[in-house]
Amino acid sequence: MSSIPHDHAAGHDVDHEHAHHPGGIMRWITTTNHKDIGTLYLWFSFIMFLTGGVMALAIRAELFEPGLQLVEPEFFNQLNTVHGLIMIFGAIMPAAVGFANWQVPLMIGAPDMAFARMNNWSFWLLPFAAVLLLSSFLVPGGAASAGWTLYAPLSVQTGMGMDLTIFAIHIMGASSIMGSINIITTILNMRAPGMTMMKMPLFVWTWLITAYLLIAVMPVLAGAVTMLLTDRHFGTSFFNAAGGGDPVLYQHIFWFFGHPEVYIMILPSFGIVSTIIPAFARKPLFGYASMVYATGSIAILSFLVWAHHMFTVGMPVAGQVFFMYATMLIAVPTAVKVFNWVATMWRGSMTLETPMLFAIGFIFMFTVGGFTGLVLSLVPVDIVLHDTYYVVAHFHYVLVAGSLFAFFGGIYFWLPKWCGRMYDETLGKWHFWMTFVFFNITFFPMHFLGLAGMPRRVPDYATQFTDWNEVASIGAFGFGLSQLIFLYAVLKAIRSGPPAPARPWEGADTLEWTLPSPAPYHTFETPPHIQ
Amino acid sequence: MDRKGAMARRAAGAAAFASGLAPTLAQAAKEYNLQPPVTPIATHIFDLHVYIMLICAVIFVGVFSVMFYSIFAHRKSKGHQAAQFHENTLIEIVWTVIPFLILVVMAIPATRTILAMKDSSVPDLTVKITGSQWKWSYDYLDDGFGYYSNLSTPLAQIEEGAPKGEHYLLEVDEPMVVPVGKKIRLLITSSDVIHAWFLPAAGVQQDAIPGFVRDDWMRFDKPGIFRGQCAKICGKEHGFMPIVVEVKSADDYAKWLAGHKKAAAAAADDPNKVWDAKDLIARGEKVYAANCASCHQPTGKGVAGAFPALDGSKVVTGPKNDQIKTVLNGVVRNGQPTAMVAWKGTLSDIDIAAVITYTRNSWSNHTGEAIQPAEVKADRS
Repeated sequence: MSSIPHDHAAGHDVDHEHAHHPGGIMRWITTTNHKDIGTLYLWFSFIMFLTGGVMALAIRAELFEPGLQLVEPEFFNQLNTVHGLIMIFGAIMPAAVGFANWQVPLMIGAPDMAFARMNNWSFWLLPFAAVLLLSSFLVPGGAASAGWTLYAPLSVQTGMGMDLTIFAIHIMGASSIMGSINIITTILNMRAPGMTMMKMPLFVWTWLITAYLLIAVMPVLAGAVTMLLTDRHFGTSFFNAAGGGDPVLYQHIFWFFGHPEVYIMILPSFGIVSTIIPAFARKPLFGYASMVYATGSIAILSFLVWAHHMFTVGMPVAGQVFFMYATMLIAVPTAVKVFNWVATMWRGSMTLETPMLFAIGFIFMFTVGGFTGLVLSLVPVDIVLHDTYYVVAHFHYVLVAGSLFAFFGGIYFWLPKWCGRMYDETLGKWHFWMTFVFFNITFFPMHFLGLAGMPRRVPDYATQFTDWNEVASIGAFGFGLSQLIFLYAVLKAIRSGPPAPARPWEGADTLEWTLPSPAPYHTFETPPHIQ
Repeated sequence: MDRKGAMARRAAGAAAFASGLAPTLAQAAKEYNLQPPVTPIATHIFDLHVYIMLICAVIFVGVFSVMFYSIFAHRKSKGHQAAQFHENTLIEIVWTVIPFLILVVMAIPATRTILAMKDSSVPDLTVKITGSQWKWSYDYLDDGFGYYSNLSTPLAQIEEGAPKGEHYLLEVDEPMVVPVGKKIRLLITSSDVIHAWFLPAAGVQQDAIPGFVRDDWMRFDKPGIFRGQCAKICGKEHGFMPIVVEVKSADDYAKWLAGHKKAAAAAADDPNKVWDAKDLIARGEKVYAANCASCHQPTGKGVAGAFPALDGSKVVTGPKNDQIKTVLNGVVRNGQPTAMVAWKGTLSDIDIAAVITYTRNSWSNHTGEAIQPAEVKADRS
């Protein structure tokens, strides 16, 4: 962005750092500081990532060979369901909010988030929601087992674990909505003088748009699960044809939330990658304005494509054709983004530190997921791939190699600013390459399984699917273990990494790099001036 | 722009060429592509997929050649100085319009295939398919009979590690049978939760939605046995409700049809016949294995917390009319059906009498009672 004068007040803040908040655990429970809350979000999401990951490994262990060996089919379905819910609502979304908490105020030159106390509450709702969700394994009948999409009427049929899940979703939704209101208010009202909207870093833009999406669709999800709840307990028949309802109605409502949700999970990652690539190419982001417009277009289109998740429900030709065309259109702004990233690298002066490796890995693999999305958007092809492992491969390419890779890149990128110490580059590179290789060993074969006709969410499979399932299971354990390198690399950096300079990355030019490392507890109390 | 346009044209040309080769490719790349198609629609889908993948592959190689060349050549360690350009409106417009045009090229054949898939008019034969937890049933509406199609893989292969058969999990006691070359209209519905009738080689997947009937169709090019599975998660046995379709020649189909109609007539039992306990228990054991054992378990012990035990159950050892009503009407809690569904529409009076007699005289249950079909009939209302 623009060059700005150094914040000379920063040193003054350091002296008073410990004067303003209680120590020990109370610091974290009572904190209203955006940096503390960002840290809480990120650690919470990492714990959830490991929790959901262990469930994934149990699933892959069961699927290592045909036959039922380790888990019963009911428990398998519960693992599948809770794995999805935990990864989406517990890992990816809170991680993105963690980045927003740390980075949005720093990048726009604001002293904190607009609603500091609400910020605390937004976070502290999450552990309770997670406990509610995970405790559902312990109630009679076990956890929700209808898949993370909770399709009625199957979800009406199951035990009280489903009720706990519904309440957990309500609480997580409330947390997301409050977080979004906070982010929007902060961005619209607290930018430093001179930082016009079109000067904001792209990460801030993507989060602004994400926050609007969240406010628009989280209430829709809350409505869908509340209708499930009343169908289950209070005699309504929203989704029961015998009472005048329609099971497919649930799917329409759910996916009206569910498709924007996909972009909620990927747009902040677009922002992170758009920050990392120019820094390591030492060249300004190519097509900044078109990136903003592309992000906006994706957000708007995301409301018009929900029924592409439902091509097999038996909708009329007009419906199938409309949703196919609308879905295909999303490829246009997405392609523009990829072209802009490549053009940013073109004729730059690149170095390949860990954040850049993850950003390049992101572009490469997200594009694979984008292409399989295009394949799935075509109704006739979707008919033979719907609910097969091809879909599982597709959304893990966009959510793991997409969102998660960008988050890893973002953590390595900003860790020096957050904790004032550098991570170990060798460990970071090991983490990247292990993650990259094992990710592909896990998920690439799933394309072949899907093409061959293996349905998803089955605890056992026909013998012709054995080879690729074995490969995928081996890859999954490698992928899981590789994440321990990440944990070690981060802990090592925090405890004993070499001190980081204020601006460890030569090409990084956003506001946070004008602050010392680690960023003082209070920053930009006097707003910087942007030229 | 010219270069990219040419690329798209070449891709289209290559794809058209590849469509001709599709059947050959199907053989060569069996493990890496869709199942070999056996209906005209599935063949369209197969070709469409190959065509799209070729276009995607060309774009992918193009874009990432540029990116990896840049990563290789434009590096600081090679002394490359960063250029500072960061905007070009013309190029942004160009690379917005080109993907759009490529999409149009993809959408045309896709739309054509959709229109063909949706035309279920003028069928030669109509079969109603009903999904239920966890099996399919096929009703030949034109000929007035129907039957259930259950998984036939022995439990020992699934749970106890016995050597798996060739068609492990994709085999049934009685497949759907259809004639080759005829247009078969499928009316698909469900009796409990959403299932999906999925036969990949035929290019058919249609959700089975309780309370609604959806239609679809297929026409097979050649005789054979084709296999698929329920594709929509539908509870614990979701992975265990296969679909097997046997496509027969016109003559063989006619023979099968005649045999089936005759058997159906013979199987229509006299409802007033008085059965003795031994016959009821023998018949009940089969009914139990096909309908009840997946939840209540072959041991009758159920699954703690989810599915109640029948062994020693108060209902099964108590007054027989309570049990008959439970089986007929299912268990309804708070106005909503539970996993114990109503069986009155699925099982005949004799099957219900038999299975109740079986449960009342198995494991540790020794009531010594034989329930007669007439008693079941009396409780239906």
